[in-house]
Amino acid sequence: MNRRFAVGDGVRVRVAEPPGHVRTPHYCRGRIGVVIECLGAFANPERLAYRHTGSAPVPLYRVRFRNAELWPSQHAGIDETEIEIFEHWLEPAPAATHA
Amino acid sequence: MKRVHDLGGDAAGPIDRSEPPREHWEKEVEAIWRLLARKKGVLADELRRGIEDLGAGDYERLGYFERWAASLARIAIERDIVTIEELGRELERGDPAGADGGK
Repeated sequence: MNRRFAVGDGVRVRVAEPPGHVRTPHYCRGRIGVVIECLGAFANPERLAYRHTGSAPVPLYRVRFRNAELWPSQHAGIDETEIEIFEHWLEPAPAATHA
Repeated sequence: MKRVHDLGGDAAGPIDRSEPPREHWEKEVEAIWRLLARKKGVLADELRRGIEDLGAGDYERLGYFERWAASLARIAIERDIVTIEELGRELERGDPAGADGGK
C-alpha cells in the first residue's frame, strides 16, 4: 500500500466544508497534529455514503492533537485527543509546530 | 459552515448519561436497519448520510431512532425497496398492533 505519511509525521487537517457524508470532525480542520499509527486502508466512507463501492481503499491514520491546539482558548494543559483521519484530509505540516 | 450533526467539540453543558431501556418501536427500527443491510446491502455510511441530510429542523426535532427511521425510509424509496405509495398507505393505516401508543 502506498502511504503518504509515516508515524511521527506532522500533518495539518485540510480546511474544507464539502457537502455530503464526511467523517473528519469539524473541530480538527486546519489543526496540526502528528501521525501516531497507520491503521491500514479502507473504502472511503464519503463514497460509500452514495453507494459508490468501486473506488480504491484510502489509507487511514490515527492522528494525535494537543487539546491546546484544538481548543486554544480553553485548554492549556497536557491533554491530547486522537482522531482517525483518512489520508485525503491530511497535508504535510512542519514537524516543529506539533512538538 | 459546520453541519448540524457535527457536534464534537461544541460546548455541551451537563450531559445526561442515563440509558433508558429501548422502546419496542426503537427495536423494530434497528431490526429494519439490519434487514436492509443484510438483504439489500444498505451500507452504514448510507444510513449516516441519510441522517445528516435530514436538515437542521428535522435533525434537531427527531430523536435518535426517529432519525434512523427517517433515513431508512428515504433510502428504501431511493433503492425502490418500497414505493412512496406503499409507505404512505402503511403510515396512513398506523400501527395495528398499537405496540406503544402509535409512536
